[in-house]
Amino acid sequence: MKAKVYITPKKGILDPQGVAIERALPALGFEGVGGVRVGKYIELELPDGEGAGEEMDKMCHKLLANPIIEDYRFELVPD
Amino acid sequence: MTASPQTHTGVHAVRFGVVVFPGSNCDADSYDAVSTFAGAEARYLWHKDEELDGLDCVILPGGFSYGDYLRCGAIARFSPIMKAVRRFAEDGGLVIGICNGFQILLEAGLLPGAMHRNEGLRFVCQLVNLRVENAAMPFTHRYDEGQVIQVPIAHMEGNYFIDEAGLSELEANKQIVIRYANESGEITGEANPNGSQGNIAGICNRTSNVFGLMPHPERVCDSLVGGADGRGVFESVIDFVKNR
Repeated sequence: MKAKVYITPKKGILDPQGVAIERALPALGFEGVGGVRVGKYIELELPDGEGAGEEMDKMCHKLLANPIIEDYRFELVPD
Repeated sequence: MTASPQTHTGVHAVRFGVVVFPGSNCDADSYDAVSTFAGAEARYLWHKDEELDGLDCVILPGGFSYGDYLRCGAIARFSPIMKAVRRFAEDGGLVIGICNGFQILLEAGLLPGAMHRNEGLRFVCQLVNLRVENAAMPFTHRYDEGQVIQVPIAHMEGNYFIDEAGLSELEANKQIVIRYANESGEITGEANPNGSQGNIAGICNRTSNVFGLMPHPERVCDSLVGGADGRGVFESVIDFVKNR
């Protein structure tokens, strides 16, 4: 099965990349855009079976995201 | 710690180990800097090594370990040697992480907090003024509290973050070792090169045997290369080991 992992800066934590993009958008004529947050998207192939969600959660917590500054969520998609 | 007792008599050299990760690029500078001190010797440690026998101080040098993939230091913290470094630190061994080495210590949880990208989104490479906030620990006791030193920084992710509770704890335990300051030692917004919380440039753990800092003291150990303000860090370690 496939896992799709979305990692984003935690709420309330400064995201300098998001701020830079937010400031650039009006220069291109896109007015009124706010709340830009830049994160990461990771795709993984997992062995099928029970407990994939639990494994995925551990992987996110231990390596894929840094829980001090990042939130994560994931979707499991059967092949 | 695991070091042989002779290393603490003052007769034998103080032994530094410099960890080489794939992508480290300040390992040679660290090795050279340490080797210039009387009474000290250095050896390289490969990231796959699992023993730190006989060492007094381990240096995690700057660079781009594992290409900085995922997050700076995120992969390096799982290197075989990091298990040994953790044990060494828990036994009271001295560990110093410089720049990428600091990021690795944060990712490994040996120091609290995390690094963001610099507020200005630029790689910052410049000489900065640092105020020594805690001069009563193994890595800084050769400086005076409040002393301003000039040391270069060179990083993209040096914007230190810790939550409010963590910050209060750092302050209460005197774990903030150095801060970015202006020439007169004032902690100002203008003197902050990367957006770091509280102008924090370097912190230690509660037992003050693990020290992480973004500036590069190993690059200013000889006035021939533009400054010698970084010498105090290594002199402090050597003194500390010899006298304990």
